[in-house]
Amino acid sequence: MSKRFGAAEILKDISFEVADGEFCILLGPSGCGKSTILRLIAGLEQPSAGKILIDDARVDSLAPRERDVAFVFQNYALYPHMTVFDNLAFALRLRGMSMNDIGPKVKEAARLLEIEELLQRRPQALSGGQRQRVALGRAIVRQPRIFLFDEPLSNLDATLRASMRVELARLHRRLKATILYVTHDQAEALTLGEKIVVLDRGTIQQIGRASEIYHKPANLMVGRFVGSPQMNLFAGKVDDNGAILQCNATRLDLAGLLQSAPARLAGRSLTVGVRPEDFHVADDGQGWISGEIDLIEDLGSDRFLHVKCDGIHVVARDGRERSFGPGDRIGLHADSERVHLFLDGKRIEP
Amino acid sequence: MKRSAALVLFSVGIALYCLVPFLWLVLTSLKSSAELTAIPPKLMPSFHLGFYRSALQNYGLLHYVGNSAIVAGATALITVVLGSLAAYAIARFKLKWTNFYLLLLLVVSMFPQIAIAGPVWIILDRLQWLNTYQGLVAAYIALSLPLATWILTTFFREVPGEIEEAALIDGCSRLQALYKVVLPLAAPGILTAGLLVFIHAWNEFFFALIIMTDPTVQTLPVGIALFPGEYTMPWGEIAAASTIATIPLVLLTLIFQRGIVRGLSAGAVKG
Repeated sequence: MSKRFGAAEILKDISFEVADGEFCILLGPSGCGKSTILRLIAGLEQPSAGKILIDDARVDSLAPRERDVAFVFQNYALYPHMTVFDNLAFALRLRGMSMNDIGPKVKEAARLLEIEELLQRRPQALSGGQRQRVALGRAIVRQPRIFLFDEPLSNLDATLRASMRVELARLHRRLKATILYVTHDQAEALTLGEKIVVLDRGTIQQIGRASEIYHKPANLMVGRFVGSPQMNLFAGKVDDNGAILQCNATRLDLAGLLQSAPARLAGRSLTVGVRPEDFHVADDGQGWISGEIDLIEDLGSDRFLHVKCDGIHVVARDGRERSFGPGDRIGLHADSERVHLFLDGKRIEP
Repeated sequence: MKRSAALVLFSVGIALYCLVPFLWLVLTSLKSSAELTAIPPKLMPSFHLGFYRSALQNYGLLHYVGNSAIVAGATALITVVLGSLAAYAIARFKLKWTNFYLLLLLVVSMFPQIAIAGPVWIILDRLQWLNTYQGLVAAYIALSLPLATWILTTFFREVPGEIEEAALIDGCSRLQALYKVVLPLAAPGILTAGLLVFIHAWNEFFFALIIMTDPTVQTLPVGIALFPGEYTMPWGEIAAASTIATIPLVLLTLIFQRGIVRGLSAGAVKG
């Protein structure tokens, strides 16, 4: 389907499928159109072209309430004039369910999310994390065909976000629900997603499992966007029959890196990508690329060396075998089988 | 300490400045005829209720109160219903001319009444609506709808769109979302708009004077203004009637005070 707002094309002819019970992540930088996809599926927007099917039936002409989907908004969107109980019961009441049936359902959802003691409170008397749970509860209690999550954890602090992430994964396993989850946080995407759809500027860049997205990025955008710290990228022109990558003023030994010279690439513009954890500090101080340590970023569990190599900034994870200080000269090696090559922005195999 | 004392004094001064004429009116209404004309004037009345009795019995005050209640009540109700629907549409739907339209509303609400009095009178005359409740109510609605719509629009804009979208997904139709979620949240604004319209219609004099020439349908301001006879100037009865005319407004404002304060300050501070 496609979606345009006036002259702006938000989604350009995208297509993907989510299996029953699958946890699917829409990942991309802000403004890539990922939230628009959710809104289209929910019926809050109409597609400019194309169709949306749920259980093999077209839904794109149905009103939101006829689609049987639940939406969890980034800023919760609880009904401020209702208690938590009424917030959860609202959708069930609209369906004409009797109070005798609603009570147990609401209590069950509240028990699952551990918000039973909050049922009589109003949203403004709740903390951010509690509001988030209520928003989740409002979705769960309906047992919809699809859960749509629009960056539900982005307003929480880091600790709470991490624990909610785990809880969401657990919840998904227990409910076996079909979930479509939008985020720009790759850690969230990689831990939660069974399937990840990476988007950029309204087009799908790659669809795959977390490991595929990470280890075999389909293009430069995915390689750059997924992974923290970012993948090191060396862009330049292939020279000397494939032996050398001329990167600004630096001549990088391409043949040495790949353990063979890709002669077919001679004269082409190539980008070589190496993830920080795929670099190793060379014992002899030489390595494939060498430079001076500019900064050491110690995250506790990991330590990253920021190295200045002739004007190229390289980040490498340090195996902690040796101790370094800023100003030390070191050389770095890379695993040849873990090097990524991008020709015209697209991944190629060496 | 000194500053706050000065502030209190200043506030009391302002309040007195505003209230003294009204206080004088109330005191006058409680005097006897002799006290009213005494020279030098007496400040404190003897709390005589004669003027109230006279206003009610000889001048048919309750009849005017009834007319005013019907006209102001109907005006406020219809204006708020129409204004809410218009404001909801302006606030929610992305229409091309929204801002221009809002500006136009503001301009229209600034028209001096005298400029439209002639046409309004002619229209009502053709409709044979002169000296009818619907005639005056229609004129009042036309006068207050632009400003009410403007006020209500700012309130509807304050209700986050996502809350309404949540309601739509939860199973509401557009109208259900409006009255189950949006209206309760915009209640302070609706109350404020309704009260402002009611007060305006209750106090309005000029249109009421030219549209309602028949005493059986006249509203309070016109009725009271026509108390003086050819040879009499019943100050006491006028004061008593004016006091009675003020009571409903004071009561309404006190009852809904909190809502109005919330309403008038909305947009200035995010709740």
